[in-house]
Amino acid sequence: MKKLIQQLTEEFGPSGYEAPVRDLIKSLIVRHVDEVRVDAMGNLIARKKAVPQNGIASRRIMLAAHMDEIGVMISYIDDKAFLRFTPIGGVFPSTLLGSRVVFTDGSVGVIGREKPDHPDELPSISKMFIDVGAKDREHLTRKVGDPATFTRPFVDIGERLVAKAFDDRIGCAILIQSILNNTVSPHEVYYVFTVQEEVGLRGAVTSAYGVEPDVAIAVDITLTGDTPEAQPMAVALGAGPAIKVKDRGMLAHPAVKDWLVDTAKRLGIPYQLEVLEMGTTDAMAIQTSRAGVAAGVISIATRYAHTPSEMIDFADVQGAVSLIDGLLGAGLPF
Amino acid sequence: MQSKELLKSLSEANGISGYEASVRDLVRAGFMQYAEEFVTDTMGNAIAIKRGQRDAAYPQRSIMLAGHMDEIGLLVTKLEKGFLRFTTVGGFDLRVLLGQEVIVHGRQELPGIIGSRAPHVLSAEDRERIVPLDHLFVDVGLTEDELAQQVQVGDVVTLRRQFTELSGDLVSGKAFDDRAAVACIAEALKQLSKMKHSWDVYAVATVQEETGLKGAMTSAFGLTPDIGIAIDVGHGDMPGVSEADTVKVGGGPALGFGPNIHPLMYARLVQTAKADEIAYQIDPIPGASGTDAWAMQVARAGIPTALISIPLRYMHTTVETLAIKDIERIGRLLARFISSLDETFAEELGLSIPGQIP
Amino acid sequence: MSLRELSEAFGPSGNEAAVRQIVLERIRPFVDEYRIDSIGNLIALKRGTGQSSRKVMVAAHMDEVGLMIVQVDRGGYLRFRPIGGIDPRVLLAKKVLIGDQRIPGVIGVKPVHLLDSKARQQVMKVEDLSIDIGTMGEDDSGRAVKVGDYAVFDTHYEELGPASRTVKGKALDDRAGCAVLIELLRDRQAYDVYGVFTVQEEVGLRGARVAAYSIAPDAAFVLEGTICDDLPKDKDQSPTTKLGDGPAITVMDRSFIANQSLVQLLLRTAEQNGIPCQLKQPGLGGTDAGAIHLSREGVPSVAVAVPVRYLHSPVSLLSLDDLDNTIRLMRLALPEVSSLSLAH
Repeated sequence: MKKLIQQLTEEFGPSGYEAPVRDLIKSLIVRHVDEVRVDAMGNLIARKKAVPQNGIASRRIMLAAHMDEIGVMISYIDDKAFLRFTPIGGVFPSTLLGSRVVFTDGSVGVIGREKPDHPDELPSISKMFIDVGAKDREHLTRKVGDPATFTRPFVDIGERLVAKAFDDRIGCAILIQSILNNTVSPHEVYYVFTVQEEVGLRGAVTSAYGVEPDVAIAVDITLTGDTPEAQPMAVALGAGPAIKVKDRGMLAHPAVKDWLVDTAKRLGIPYQLEVLEMGTTDAMAIQTSRAGVAAGVISIATRYAHTPSEMIDFADVQGAVSLIDGLLGAGLPF
Repeated sequence: MQSKELLKSLSEANGISGYEASVRDLVRAGFMQYAEEFVTDTMGNAIAIKRGQRDAAYPQRSIMLAGHMDEIGLLVTKLEKGFLRFTTVGGFDLRVLLGQEVIVHGRQELPGIIGSRAPHVLSAEDRERIVPLDHLFVDVGLTEDELAQQVQVGDVVTLRRQFTELSGDLVSGKAFDDRAAVACIAEALKQLSKMKHSWDVYAVATVQEETGLKGAMTSAFGLTPDIGIAIDVGHGDMPGVSEADTVKVGGGPALGFGPNIHPLMYARLVQTAKADEIAYQIDPIPGASGTDAWAMQVARAGIPTALISIPLRYMHTTVETLAIKDIERIGRLLARFISSLDETFAEELGLSIPGQIP
Repeated sequence: MSLRELSEAFGPSGNEAAVRQIVLERIRPFVDEYRIDSIGNLIALKRGTGQSSRKVMVAAHMDEVGLMIVQVDRGGYLRFRPIGGIDPRVLLAKKVLIGDQRIPGVIGVKPVHLLDSKARQQVMKVEDLSIDIGTMGEDDSGRAVKVGDYAVFDTHYEELGPASRTVKGKALDDRAGCAVLIELLRDRQAYDVYGVFTVQEEVGLRGARVAAYSIAPDAAFVLEGTICDDLPKDKDQSPTTKLGDGPAITVMDRSFIANQSLVQLLLRTAEQNGIPCQLKQPGLGGTDAGAIHLSREGVPSVAVAVPVRYLHSPVSLLSLDDLDNTIRLMRLALPEVSSLSLAH
């Protein structure tokens, strides 16, 4: 599974430009599901039919993980071929200095900064630029509107993994692994790889409308409170998949939360409960689709989220896969 | 039940956004004295249906009344050395939290205190500072081990406050925002049970208004009413706040006006209030009303929506204060409005005929 | 064209009836059907020839930023709040029209002579401003104006330099888009065109949302008047758009990421026909496309805009060349939509 994770994190896919990630995922799952389609927004929607089981009510379950990652877009090109840019999603300016970006064609640029007005000035995006090494405008092939993402290799440091875009390629990897595990489910399961989460949960809005699930679970990352002087938050790397109670955008449906907790307990999977004070996930958008969907979230504790060096614990990932297999394999308690 | 008694029981019930179940039981009992059907939807909205008696010649029409039953509250984020760290659900003024009594809904209900340091140990600088959320904590008086047995991350914390009758007609308590609206709707159903009405009434106590109008969004989609009225609280007159931003407590229903409100719905409410000599006030709202009306108006292909506000002082604190007679007036206004609904009004609004493509 | 009439019409968000009436009179002769929905959108249908089963929504918003009266004070002055995003600094010493009777009023300012040096540097808050309608006291004002009345800036439309073909007026955001859409509805396409003149864009893309839901289009074009910031500045990282450089196409703004096939269609059409056009600087502003593209299962959408200087202020400015080129570009691009692949 680590190979799969590496492949996914190293792929290019800022919000709105997820095609390379979508093509990769499609190629990995197409033979293992009953139907695959891409909707008008670009969401990849895979369906597995229910295998009826006596005494178990079949439900339609949507599992969602987003394919997109944060990035930047060229907004202006000056006379000397330096590129000004605007963020795609929540980019922290402080992580940009020294970063490299990569464009759709694989070409690379570095991020530079104007002279600070005073030595300890915090960098702001409006005072930064991308340098692609063009001698002048004549030699520049880039244009306004070109998207780019950060480039950073995947590193396996044993139990812990480091890469860009674990947010939310790790969710994609978990869904893919669950498909490959081929758990027999009495439920109709939609695996939805969404687009444009980082710019406002947009893919989840339209895909949830199209899928019309009874129950939905987003698989995404969450922050941790286990680093020096971190926010007071009882989530730590390696303590198991986190089951969300609340984040800034939503309250998990109590019945879904309990279902996740009870299933983890039943299978002896370590888990932790999560209350996140910043950020939200696709589950927020899915919850209010049509007349409402019972929605919850499985989160992977992630340090240094939205930087090019996010860190996760591999055991948490494996726990999340087992938890999902357990959820799909049995009847729902509500 | 009288409005005051119902409001008291609703106010003292605990039900923060997302965890409204115990309030829902009271709502159900309150509404079902006068309605025929009751549904709880996926999100947890409490929906009572009171059918109208229509002439078979006319299409079936419906009106949705929405008042939210959730209240703002707290959730445990971390257990720390025998104390509880927490986050807020809904918009709090952190200044009102210091020294409040709470109930922690762990394995059992635990009374607790949001502790404040004694003034003696505070520096002059400390006293000028608002205590930030990550410095606030709940003390339930248990040892670290006992606490870990009783409470876990994600447990709900509600604020404690008994309903109080002040002098005059005013009452004070927590969660009047927006359980007072639930009392208004119950009053409307009660009055309506003595009147004739041809449109079906969906009386909805919505959930999760405080976290983004979510219950109204999904219930309006699910019910697809022809028209809707949200009932919420509006800032009442109080010292230090401009008259331009408030309505008068005891001055009657405040009828919202602005982009969020269909002008014909507003006009008919005014007309009804005048005809029945119900005191009312105008509440101009230039943009987002921040109420369930904002979600209802744009459900599906759009729903003509109105907003009635209950004048209320000290919103989002544990001493919200209002006049009981405003609740009774709103109940009466809603009942009169609903009993007056007819197909002529449907035509004025341009409502489509069910079954025909708009 | 009717830009003068459209610009001078009274139409703050929530009270667009006067604009709707003007638009309706213009389009009635050449659209097949129209209706006004519950929120106030004017939805016109220009039927296709039947050669394509697609439905395409083309939208422009009728509403403008404005003011709402929230209190008539004891002196008869009117307290107000903004409708939509207005920089309070532009409000001082402006003329407005209030309510159905279009009562004129002025936003008064304390004379500079009476201000100390600190006060002169302070931005006035909307809460501290008031409108004077020349009446004597609360009762007198109450007869002319009531709480809840809408108000807009009182600005005359005027043509400026003949060479540059520029004009000034209020509400060019988005009466310019309305003017373009009116022209586009003359053409019959292979597919059904829903021309939607939306309401309440400035208070949260409200009209477009419900119209898109009821139409369920296969693709959408949003016609706008957009930010043109090609002004003298200390450091110019971007003009956002430039006056005279033609229609501005959005790739990404705060409300949506445009469908790439539709962006390419517009760029290609402009290039093939020698129509000037520009890309709007990504990352700024938002339009009705933000609501439309998320409707139901998603709608491939793009925004095309006439650059407008000083939008959301009492007086804005645009180039009629840009307006004409926007119409030309859209007229040539729309027929191509019937055969365009919109799949990912």
